[in-house]
Amino acid sequence: MTDQAYNFAYLDEQTKRMIRRAILKGIAVPGYQVPFASREMPMPYGWGTGGVQVTSACLVPEDRLKVIDQGADDTTNAVSIRKFFQRTAGVAVTEATAEATVIQTRHRIPETPLHEGQILVYQVPIPEPLRFLEPRETETRKMHELEEYGLMHVKLYEDIARHGTIATSYAYPVKVEGRYVMDPSPIPKFDNPKLGQNPAIQLFGAGREQRIYALPPFTEVVSLDFDDHPFEPSKAPHDCDLCGARDSYLDEVITDDRGGRMFVCSDTDFCAGRQADGHRGRLSAVEAVQ
Amino acid sequence: MITAALSGGFIDAPVQSARAFRAILEAMARPGTIHPVDGAAAPEPLSVAASVALLTLADGTTPVHLAGGANSALVRDWIAFHIGAPLVAAEAADFAVGTWQDLQPVTRFRIGQPDYPDRSATLIVEVDRLVNHGPALTGPGIALATWLSLPETEAFHANRALFPLGFDCLFTCANRLAGLPRSTKVEKL
Repeated sequence: MTDQAYNFAYLDEQTKRMIRRAILKGIAVPGYQVPFASREMPMPYGWGTGGVQVTSACLVPEDRLKVIDQGADDTTNAVSIRKFFQRTAGVAVTEATAEATVIQTRHRIPETPLHEGQILVYQVPIPEPLRFLEPRETETRKMHELEEYGLMHVKLYEDIARHGTIATSYAYPVKVEGRYVMDPSPIPKFDNPKLGQNPAIQLFGAGREQRIYALPPFTEVVSLDFDDHPFEPSKAPHDCDLCGARDSYLDEVITDDRGGRMFVCSDTDFCAGRQADGHRGRLSAVEAVQ
Repeated sequence: MITAALSGGFIDAPVQSARAFRAILEAMARPGTIHPVDGAAAPEPLSVAASVALLTLADGTTPVHLAGGANSALVRDWIAFHIGAPLVAAEAADFAVGTWQDLQPVTRFRIGQPDYPDRSATLIVEVDRLVNHGPALTGPGIALATWLSLPETEAFHANRALFPLGFDCLFTCANRLAGLPRSTKVEKL
């Protein structure tokens, strides 16, 4: 049931038009961060206010919304945002990646490949990839303008000098269409290869930082690296203990105080789907007994 | 009383503008794809698609330029009533509406600044024919290549050469629209 006290999808029409114009300019210049007049949302910064505003501007009543938080459909953040749009937009919701038309995500790209007609909305905390290297917005803006990204390569080089390998494991910087260096939000670098040539539209919203950026479908996205230290998507060297998947991103779960641990898919829909198909992992039997 | 100016708006603005925006978003994100829209009708000579695009994207904060035939008293009244956008010269416009001939020279329009490439114009180009036949398009949003009937190609090469600066285009024909963002490479014919 839609809450009639609010406009469709919560935001007023003037705000949605402003966000929509920013999204279109973001699509036209892939990877460039478009400033927008971010609104106060009925949730604290850091809980996806940017993503919620982008989702609000994109939703139509026919949509089927999926919300994930670190790959999971059933965590507080995901459940709250899903309920928010059920109440204010009256849209259908789902946990199945393939059935969703709009997916709002915090820090993961679903394992199931996306398809045309889907929109993936990212919640972004710090949209500026150069921010921790150069705190001044005036300077980072100039660096993007001049395509001056040497500092980022120095940072990756220092990783190698210190750790022998590029230690950046999430929010791994990418270059879009050979022009803008972009922060893909804190997704694990395991997900980076899914950013490029993706058939879905990818929109990024940073509420506190007031930036929107976008990747149109089939856009070239390259993770920064060096010839002698090529980019490597990494994951825990285990199989999922529930569904046995060997190629999905895993969460490590501590199970007792004697060093016991298990690894499970971070994407709950993917893992549940595999288990429903009869796939079993190392600890599946134990789960059944409990 | 000028009733023509009062009709032709959205009946259910939140939902109709949402559906219209999704069509425009898909059009811009997948250059060359053609999408039907409905729900708005400005007075002649504006098409349904151009009316929908204006109602969905323009408001009192976005200066609009009406070029040539689109700059009629009826259209000005319609925009004043439904949108409230200031009408300005081409150089100051966020949105411009007209036929490709009327919009010439397109080099007048804002292309953004090197540090703010988003501060650029969006041209709503009224065309008589909108089909997937013509020069090949490649670039972001296009898997391999697609084709779109464009009024010319030279201006789009010049615009692409400015990237990341440049203007973006929406082509409108009756109730259908297609997008051509500045990032798209247009085949030289």
